[in-house]
Amino acid sequence: MRRDCHAIARNDISIQLEMTQNEAFIKYQQKIAQAATQDMVLNMGPQHPSTHGVLRLELITDGEIVKEAIPHLGYLHRCFEKHAEALTYQQTIPFTDRMDYLASMNNSHAWVMGVERMLGIDQDIPKRIEYIRVLVCELNRIASHLIALGTYGIDIGAFTPFLWCFRDREHIMGMLEWASGSRLLYNYIWIGGLFYDLPVGFEERCAEFVTYFRPKVKELNELLTDNQIFIKRTANVGVLPLDVAINYGCSGPVLRGSGVKWDLRRIDNYSAYPELDFEIPVGKGEMGTVGDCWDRYKVRVDEIAESLKMIEQCVERLQKDLKRTTDFDPRAKMPRKITPKAQDYYMRAEGARGEVGFYFMADGKTEIPFRVKARGPSFNNLSVISELSKGVMIADLIAILGSIDIVLGEVDR
Amino acid sequence: MILSEIKDLLISKFGSEVIVGEEAGILQPALLIAPSRIVEVCRELRDNEATYFDYLSCLTGVDYGVEAGKFGVVYNLASIPYQTQLTLKISIEHGRDVENLPSFPSLVEVYKTADWHEREAYDLLGIFFEGHPDLRRILLPDDWEGFPMRKDYQAAEYYKGIKID
Repeated sequence: MRRDCHAIARNDISIQLEMTQNEAFIKYQQKIAQAATQDMVLNMGPQHPSTHGVLRLELITDGEIVKEAIPHLGYLHRCFEKHAEALTYQQTIPFTDRMDYLASMNNSHAWVMGVERMLGIDQDIPKRIEYIRVLVCELNRIASHLIALGTYGIDIGAFTPFLWCFRDREHIMGMLEWASGSRLLYNYIWIGGLFYDLPVGFEERCAEFVTYFRPKVKELNELLTDNQIFIKRTANVGVLPLDVAINYGCSGPVLRGSGVKWDLRRIDNYSAYPELDFEIPVGKGEMGTVGDCWDRYKVRVDEIAESLKMIEQCVERLQKDLKRTTDFDPRAKMPRKITPKAQDYYMRAEGARGEVGFYFMADGKTEIPFRVKARGPSFNNLSVISELSKGVMIADLIAILGSIDIVLGEVDR
Repeated sequence: MILSEIKDLLISKFGSEVIVGEEAGILQPALLIAPSRIVEVCRELRDNEATYFDYLSCLTGVDYGVEAGKFGVVYNLASIPYQTQLTLKISIEHGRDVENLPSFPSLVEVYKTADWHEREAYDLLGIFFEGHPDLRRILLPDDWEGFPMRKDYQAAEYYKGIKID
């Protein structure tokens, strides 16, 4: 953590006032300048390991107590929406991968489904393709949750779970590389189909992985989930009441941790999910209060088990009635020209961190969208941090931030 | 609740002038709302027992282009108890002068989600939200000039005297 003395900043205010006419910015600068005289202003990040990327939290602190946390974002802004206005729907898929780079498959799945629905071809997608999509999405969700859990352990001070999680995640990375050709940013799910069919032997490898991984989850639970030190650090910390979570637009494990069964895979019933059998884990307040950090953590642990269940079911069907045939072409249904009718469409899907949304505005004439807005789940989940951090200890703020599990690539887009 | 029922509910509550149009016949129909009434409409939709649109999924600022001379905001609402979705749109005709920004009422008091989304719309499109508690830039640096998501935005050649390649 870098300690900033704002005495210098105060002298700069007059210079910066000329630079911008924005009233809110002046108000903010005055607040910081005043806080620097009585309290201490502490900059957590942008180069701080527990901010999980380049996030800067400006803390106004009174001793160890955080009076206020002001998040500063945008260090990783890569103009996704501007790019999307200049590229065709198909060309934008790699950019969606780079939003939430830990769960790329889920992002491109949402994007692709949105475009398919606008084109009206979403019912024509072969079942095998839908199942492969769900299979790789769920593998990716496990990989993403493993990072969330491992790095959360590190935030709290447990080093071993991190290494275990990365060891197991490596299997998934290898499998997805086998299917798509890259480890992190896949560009695998295409509009109307897939980049390639699964490689021969992939289904068997998945089944093998599930058998290998189940006991490892149990091990992880013994090491971290039920660890008394871990529970002491996370239970009853950062309690997020349900109404606040909804009002701030939280989604995914953060919202479910507060105790509501809100999972778009069940609510919107898209892709192959209506045919799969899985539960929606919610926070129950087992160790403390409903909606505390431990609950959010536990929802992710339980979701891994549910994803494993889904992978098993997908693999079974892909090996039986949806078996690969020699004439199967995953690109057969791909439209040659992607020109949706003039309309606006909001597509939402359940990513690893919550509701991944894309708002499309198609003009009906070109292959390029008129306007695209990306709604990142982390962006909305993170906005609750200033509400959660009022009056907590600095060390607890780390626990709260880790339990929200943000990916800055998606916050800043 | 289907769209026509929501429309009737709003008309009976606020009068017919609150809805200025409707986009129907497409996958996701939308209601066009009079911009000055959007806050009360959303509060009613959120609190009414028949609708309960308690979740703001997405807020999009839109620049309709130089020829249209129009700016707008799109709200994608969702109801968690009823599992329904609704799109509301507001727009005004406005010039493109960066000194005189198009202005809409802020929705922060109804949905806190709108806080950062409105800051983003202000940051990238230059849409001002009246009554927003902290309307600073969010993704771009505080001293950025211009609004990059506008359709007529020209990329700057210099940033603080540094040439941009």
